Amino acid sequence: MGGSFTINHLVYLLQGMMWTVVLSALAFLLGSVAGFGVMLMRTARTRLLRQISFVYVQVIQGTPLLIVLFVVYFGLGVVGIELPPLLAAGVSLMVYCSAFLGEIWRGCVESVPRTQWEAAEGLALTRWQTLVDVILPQAARIATPPTVGFLVQVLKSTSLASVVGFVELTRAAQVVNNSLFTPFLVFGIAGVLYFALCYPLSRWSRSLERKLNVGRRQAA
Amino acid sequence: MSAVVKLHDIHKSFGSVEVLKGVSFEIDKGEVVAIIGRSGSGKSTALRCINRLETIQSGTLEVCGHRIDHADLDLRALRQDVGMVFQSYNLFPHLTVEENITLAPRRVKKLPTRDARALALSSLERVGLAEKIDAYPEQLSGGQQQRVAIARSLAMQPKVMLFDEVTSALDPQLTGEVLRVMEILAQGGMTMAVVTHEMAFARRVADRVIFMHQGRVWETGPGAMLDDPQTPELRAFLANGL
Amino acid sequence: MKYTFDFASLQEYWPEFLRGALMTLEMTVIACVFGLVIGVLCAIGRRGKRKWLAALCGAYVEVVRNTPYLIQIFFIFFGLSSAGLRLPIFAAAVLTMVFNVGAYTAEIVRAGMDTIHPGQIEAAEALGLSVPQIYWDVILRPSLERVYPSLTGQFVLMMLSSSVTSQISAEELTGVANSVQSESFRSFETFIVVAGLYFVLAMLLKLAFHLFGQAIFPRRRRLGTPL
Ligand SMILES: Nc1ncnc2c1ncn2[C@@H]1O[C@H](COP(=O)(O)OP(=O)(O)OP(=O)(O)O)[C@@H](O)[C@H]1O
Ligand SMILES: [Mg+2]
Repeated sequence: MGGSFTINHLVYLLQGMMWTVVLSALAFLLGSVAGFGVMLMRTARTRLLRQISFVYVQVIQGTPLLIVLFVVYFGLGVVGIELPPLLAAGVSLMVYCSAFLGEIWRGCVESVPRTQWEAAEGLALTRWQTLVDVILPQAARIATPPTVGFLVQVLKSTSLASVVGFVELTRAAQVVNNSLFTPFLVFGIAGVLYFALCYPLSRWSRSLERKLNVGRRQAA
Repeated sequence: MSAVVKLHDIHKSFGSVEVLKGVSFEIDKGEVVAIIGRSGSGKSTALRCINRLETIQSGTLEVCGHRIDHADLDLRALRQDVGMVFQSYNLFPHLTVEENITLAPRRVKKLPTRDARALALSSLERVGLAEKIDAYPEQLSGGQQQRVAIARSLAMQPKVMLFDEVTSALDPQLTGEVLRVMEILAQGGMTMAVVTHEMAFARRVADRVIFMHQGRVWETGPGAMLDDPQTPELRAFLANGL
Repeated sequence: MKYTFDFASLQEYWPEFLRGALMTLEMTVIACVFGLVIGVLCAIGRRGKRKWLAALCGAYVEVVRNTPYLIQIFFIFFGLSSAGLRLPIFAAAVLTMVFNVGAYTAEIVRAGMDTIHPGQIEAAEALGLSVPQIYWDVILRPSLERVYPSLTGQFVLMMLSSSVTSQISAEELTGVANSVQSESFRSFETFIVVAGLYFVLAMLLKLAFHLFGQAIFPRRRRLGTPL
């Protein structure tokens, strides 16, 4: 076909970008819930729970997201569940997020000094109360910068959903390029759009981290 | 003329703040000069100008025949002639004591690797730490680290040694061992400029004491001058301790 | 509906899987070596006095870190071929990997360099070391030792990300998996096997990096403490 890049192409890319955001939000929300569970298991008292969640995290972090995506896509397909691409991608990304977020948050929970647990136990709080009222509020402050940083990771990872045919930004760019054959321009614009989403988050994450470090140094 | 270090009318500013306001002094071969003065009086800056860790704005500065204010100065040749020991030791943490000592001889003087250990040993013997040759810096006490730092400088066989408050970071009992090493060096004929707060050391070991005040050489004389200060500033300085 | 697993019919493909895994490893090793070189040069550039060079290196790092690897692959691969430069697929895939991992490496190495106290550099200057010698012996070596765990972690992630190069038909492990599944019609099993293979590769790589670290950082070997 050929032709030149028009406003219609741009609108098409922007629509793809919107789906990138939707998919990212979905993956992040579902992944947060699952990741919270992973974090609880990783810090549980029961050894078996810790071991199971450890293996889970190791396996997911040791497997490419693209392969997770294929396993979910084909796996659910063969057991007869026909997932729409959005859901297949959402489930894969959720699995991926849960392992990474679980691990990030475990680190934050464990960086709260042991003495905080002991002090709360001294006040006869249950383990759950201690976690919710004492530990998590402290861990949350430490967890914010890396969690925001991980959002960038999620946004970038959603580009893989294009592989199973979900039309987000990367897929949209492929479609446009297939008709125009101007890869530098089309993928360049897609790159700029991704950058516009990710860079502010990166900056934000870094500034949060700086503030946190300053706060810590003053407290020390 | 046997002066190895000659400063004449040195001016040095950081931004708009003039830190050295016309400093002049000389150090003869084999002479030990102690530089004392209040915090901020410009002692470190004067010392750091001598091996060009700081650049000067005006004045003439000659060290071991190197004209430091000249554009064609051979910086690395100068640095081979001038050793420097810092308050914070600055040993390289990823290298053993031996590697710390032989790094510069190997890199700068192309010392063959097979001669490196012997050089490290002989330098360490001068500071009494031969048995620590394979240790890493973090395995040593502060005093030991500082003695290794001295050995590291000595291994380059410098003609002049600069010491910038080398005992200030040390506990009193560790200070003694470092000062003893420096005293032995002084007796061995090393030319030394020593910025220090150890008045007893200055009095006993230094051939000459320079009192700096507000970026100037305020008073200078033999060690005994500390018992008979001429200026009210030196008198106040000595009375207040630091 | 009931599904019966059939891993047996994949047995005949294991030489292919092995070939794919080896290619993944090969690509990763090449990418890491060149990525490290680029990362180090870029980290030095960002510290340097030349403003334009520092800005250029900074822009490279930010662009790579804030765009998806897949977009970078398409941009480079299709872009170059539209400009008439047709690289072999292996070379193109490795090129995109180098481009990608170089930026992450640069950021890690820079963080390592920031931990070097200025006094270390002054001490080295006072000993007469030249600027390149100071960079190598006093800045880079301890920096790399300090960031070695994050650096090698990044390399393992790069190995996993290399699966994306299958999208430009690189015949690495995922590429092999794609052809095996379309031949054998056992897609689910194929990707489970390949997931396992990647996991094994990741473990092997971690082990190799650990042993390599012990070999090149004697201090770590002897004291066992982080620098
Ligand atoms: N790199 C620098 N940039 C700006 N100002 C500096 C710098 N180095 C030193 N100064 C200033 O120069 C003045 C003299 O500093 P210098 O370190 O020479 O003093 P000093 O006599 O060695 O003091 P101390 O006993 O505290 O070491 C001080 O006011 C200091 O703040
Ligand atoms: Mg000083």
